[in-house]
Amino acid sequence: MWIKGVLGLGFAAALVGAGWVATRSGAAGDPSAVELLNVSYDPTRELWQEVNARFAEAYSADHGVRVAIRQSHGGSSSQARSVIDGLPADVVTLALPSDTDAIRKAGLIDEGWEEQFPHGSLPYFSTIVFVVRKGNPKGVKDWTDLVQGDIAVITPSAKTSGNGKLSFLAAWGSVVLRGGSTEDAEKFVKELYRRVPVLDSGARGATTTFAQKGIGDVHLTWENEAQLEVRESKGELELVYPPISIRAEPKVAVVNANLKRRGTQDVAKAYLSFVYTAEIQEIVARHFYRPIDAEVLARHADTFPAIELFGIERVAASWDDANRRFFSSDGVFDRIYEPSDK
Amino acid sequence: MPDSQLIAARHVSTRVDHPAVRWMLIVLAVLVVGVLIIVPVINVFAQAFSAGWTTYWTSLLADADTRHSILLTLIVAPISVAANVVFGVAAAWAIARFRFPGRTLLTTLIDLPFAISPVVAGLLIVLIFGLQGYLGPWLREHDIKVIFALPGLILATTFVTLPFVARELIPVMEAIGPEEEVAAVSLGANAWQTFWHVTLPNIKWGLLYGVVLCNARAMGEFGAVYVVSGRIDGLTCTMPLRVEKLFQQLRHDDMAGSFALASILTLLALVTLAAKVSLERKTRGELAEAAATKIVGAEPLVAETVGTSA
Repeated sequence: MWIKGVLGLGFAAALVGAGWVATRSGAAGDPSAVELLNVSYDPTRELWQEVNARFAEAYSADHGVRVAIRQSHGGSSSQARSVIDGLPADVVTLALPSDTDAIRKAGLIDEGWEEQFPHGSLPYFSTIVFVVRKGNPKGVKDWTDLVQGDIAVITPSAKTSGNGKLSFLAAWGSVVLRGGSTEDAEKFVKELYRRVPVLDSGARGATTTFAQKGIGDVHLTWENEAQLEVRESKGELELVYPPISIRAEPKVAVVNANLKRRGTQDVAKAYLSFVYTAEIQEIVARHFYRPIDAEVLARHADTFPAIELFGIERVAASWDDANRRFFSSDGVFDRIYEPSDK
Repeated sequence: MPDSQLIAARHVSTRVDHPAVRWMLIVLAVLVVGVLIIVPVINVFAQAFSAGWTTYWTSLLADADTRHSILLTLIVAPISVAANVVFGVAAAWAIARFRFPGRTLLTTLIDLPFAISPVVAGLLIVLIFGLQGYLGPWLREHDIKVIFALPGLILATTFVTLPFVARELIPVMEAIGPEEEVAAVSLGANAWQTFWHVTLPNIKWGLLYGVVLCNARAMGEFGAVYVVSGRIDGLTCTMPLRVEKLFQQLRHDDMAGSFALASILTLLALVTLAAKVSLERKTRGELAEAAATKIVGAEPLVAETVGTSA
């Protein structure tokens, strides 16, 4: 009977597969190579690909050790969750410091991680800017313009998305740091979110809504994503810099518990330190992240206009405080946001 | 059967009375199928080939991580299917041939993966094998990787595809009945011979049908695998995860790659559909054959259905 042949063949294939798995998980590839896992958030994939290739080259030239760096990308908070659940990350390069700090609270990252690398463990930074349609038909220049007339704003949910949180805090800061009261700020964000026709859950969804589906007049997003979005639009979209915005700080850290177990301390630390070198800072700038190195930043001044950037500490005591005050279930966001029926 | 003919006639007459209603329903159905199924499927291929054949092939084959995702899916799916064939045949045999305490419970439990959202299924696995879970710390101590590695992917995929083979075989085995197996045993066949020479040839089409459906689901699984994979490029990203990851990128090349890979998955679904249709016919033949040979059992079965529908 042919059915037996098919079954036999199927099981043979499965066995071979299982055997392959067993040998793979045992040897883990080239034994002479050190393997690092960099757990990051979605838009950094290409940046780290380039950095990784450069680091592997430089490290093997200096130390004679081959390094293979693997990457994992996803939503920043769910990436942090995976590391807490045992994803063997050697380094984490997440979007929000609060996500990295959640891993510290689980005991996997040592205290004081924000002092371990230069500039508060921040090798590059970014901000929230506006993307508008060709010719800026609604004349959007500043945060206050966002609540004029019939303007529709696209931004992801501040409950679920790092991009959304930063946009919210940028809008909030634009009021309180220019002399407005907390009540004014609350009124402003309420008016702003009333103009959000589609509140996507993630950054990419919001970009699709704005760029591909053509919904909305202004898209609030990270500067590096805005640059790519404008470049890919072939002239249909433009970038607008508000005079003031938040300073987004995607800090980096080594996951000490995993390093100890895997014996990768030295190479992981060398890897993150390498990001601060002038060569990599150039690469960082080319991917539209603002390099922390002042000299390199100055060289790219026309890509990164100098606008007033405020840190999280200007609008909240800490990221934990911001999450509690603004984004928890009895926080400001839930109070002001009502899904529109447009 | 005059009864059922009467019912059919009455149905026809009511429909003839309202051609407008009939047409509205037809148009509605066509519209729904068109908007929900046909347009998106065509769109996947249109997007995949929007930049031409060469871009299509390079985006599929030039990227090592994309190649690995295809290989990984081709490893995970057959292992899950094989596990489900073993489990499905055993479970169907137990349920169709024996009466034992907890039999209803087992039947319900087999359906559980259908009811649970795949993401929740993934989280269940993380809660057991994760570092904060029950087995996580012990596994780490012994350096055994389950989640964020291949075993986790297989576990998650097997879990969500668990019902397919068993669900397909239970009715087939019940319809065929134990007579032939009893005859084989009375003629001196041992259990293995009975299974290999009598049971298996009888259920072959049903089994294959289950395997085809199970395989399609295994290759397309996203939610559960997303949670347990850790999303490591070139290591734990299966085809559906890769499609999503490429889609998350803003670059045009990545979008093309995303749709190219999606088109392969869609093609697989279409092949599955074709296999399913032809197997469905054979399974029906299997059931009809079983009904025909069981002369005693056939009569009351028909009488019963007529009785309930009238």
